[in-house]
Amino acid sequence: MSIEAQDLDLLANDNRGKHQLEAGFDLLGWDEVTQGSVLASFEGDASDVAHKKSEERTYSNYNSYTATVASWRVIKPVYNRDICIDCQNCWVWCPDTSIISRDKQMLGIDYDHCKGCGICVEVCPTNPKSLLMFGEYSDLGESLADWPEKKKKEEK
Amino acid sequence: MAITSIKNLKEFSTNNDRFEGAHTLCPGCAHSMIVRELMNCTDDNLVLAANTGCLEVSTAVYPYTSWDTSWIHIGFENAATAVTGSEVMHKVRKRKGTLKDNDAPVKFVAFGGDGSTFDIGFQWLSGAMERGHDFTYICLDNENYANTGGQRSSATPIGATTSTAQAGTHSYGKKEKKKDIVSIMAAHGAPYVAQLAPNKWKSMAKGFQKALETEGPCFINTVSACCTEWRFDPKDTIHITDLATDSLMFPVYEIIEGHELNILYRPKNVMPVEEYLNAQGRYRHLFKPENKHVIELIQSDIDKYWDMLQRREEARV
Ligand SMILES: Cc1ncc(C[n+]2csc(CCOP(=O)(O)OP(=O)(O)O)c2C)c(N)n1
Ligand code: SF4
Ligand code: SF4
Ligand code: SF4
Ligand SMILES: [Mg+2]
Repeated sequence: MSIEAQDLDLLANDNRGKHQLEAGFDLLGWDEVTQGSVLASFEGDASDVAHKKSEERTYSNYNSYTATVASWRVIKPVYNRDICIDCQNCWVWCPDTSIISRDKQMLGIDYDHCKGCGICVEVCPTNPKSLLMFGEYSDLGESLADWPEKKKKEEK
Repeated sequence: MAITSIKNLKEFSTNNDRFEGAHTLCPGCAHSMIVRELMNCTDDNLVLAANTGCLEVSTAVYPYTSWDTSWIHIGFENAATAVTGSEVMHKVRKRKGTLKDNDAPVKFVAFGGDGSTFDIGFQWLSGAMERGHDFTYICLDNENYANTGGQRSSATPIGATTSTAQAGTHSYGKKEKKKDIVSIMAAHGAPYVAQLAPNKWKSMAKGFQKALETEGPCFINTVSACCTEWRFDPKDTIHITDLATDSLMFPVYEIIEGHELNILYRPKNVMPVEEYLNAQGRYRHLFKPENKHVIELIQSDIDKYWDMLQRREEARV
């Protein structure tokens, strides 16, 4: 499959990951903020957010969804759809909300928010694994071509 | 109330996350796994507050917030106070009919680290429990003051090295045993109290849902493995948590109405605690010959506690 599904823009809202975390935009300085300040996570009505997927939401610039921590990574998980059984282990244990699942299917990785911890790889139960860590700058096609064969029981 | 289906993980994964990425918790931190589970357990509106600690400072890095629900940034010790104040306000406004949507269900949850829960916010928490508000308090127990550099707390187990209880030639690390917060909270007469672990995602989700559904003050202690201060590789957070629950260092259980104790996870093969300790840098010094007695002590305490839990479960007390 589908190298396309691992595209950076996978199910991204237009404003996913558009700021570096440290980049300030035109805001009050930390020493100008007064007690009781409110940061709105969304533009407009946010009452039904639990029933909206991220691509349907109107995130405000204050929502960290619009920021990226991609620069934290030195290694990245690569996803191989051919082996995946959609168990959702990677989804439930990713600490950075970076596994994109829709309708019970694992689709890929949100590389704007993934920090490269490697937990998703550890908890993936398939043999060989459907997620593996590669160097941050490794090529997707080459990574998939290098995928290991199924391991025999005793080698595990 | 609208709890979401947790029949299986596929079902659970159809929830739309309300906790966003690009927070600044360390890679591999268990705090956010626990928070995500809580927020995916229900589609009700949530009013959340967090005591100061890693979770709070990392999810509200000005000008960003990682929370898609109402979330209150408050002092180190008083998330329980802030969230129970909100709960009272909500009740009153509902009675007066002055809410925008008077029927929308809302749940109130406070998060605290072990430092703020076991030590510095203890009286605020105790007060909120005693006043009997309808809220849930979740402690993210990583057994140290992680956000300020790993000082010992009353949740730190005996034998662990911390920045203020360091192991060295004259010390094996912390000398005192961990405070039994679950029993203390059950003794408040709380209708639901539990200790849960993120590796056992289903019992954790069920426990969270029970706490949210139960009227009155509920308390949950969660095991939150901290790769930075426990000193293990971030990829191993779930593996370490498995060792914690399988060695019974962190038994998974609930106490209903102050009695009725149920064990929620019974390991098939109970692991010697050595394996759990050996996997973390903070316990490495215990494997020197002169410190072996500390491992023996930890093991015998675990055995006694597990025996007590089993007897209480059987006796329904
Ligand atoms: C009254 C008060 N005392 C001390 C601090 C400094 N402080 C901020 S975070 C923190 C550690 C929090 O530890 P814990 O509650 O265990 O949360 P963790 O960071 O481990 O998740 C401390 C001591 C403070 N902010 N306020
Ligand atoms: S490497 Fe870590 S942050 Fe990235 S997707 Fe996997 S579990 Fe999530
Ligand atoms: S853990 Fe592995 S098999 Fe399961 S959904 Fe993720 S990639 Fe697929
Ligand atoms: S120090 Fe520990 S608790 Fe704090 S963010 Fe890092 S891993 Fe999480
Ligand atoms: Mg702590």
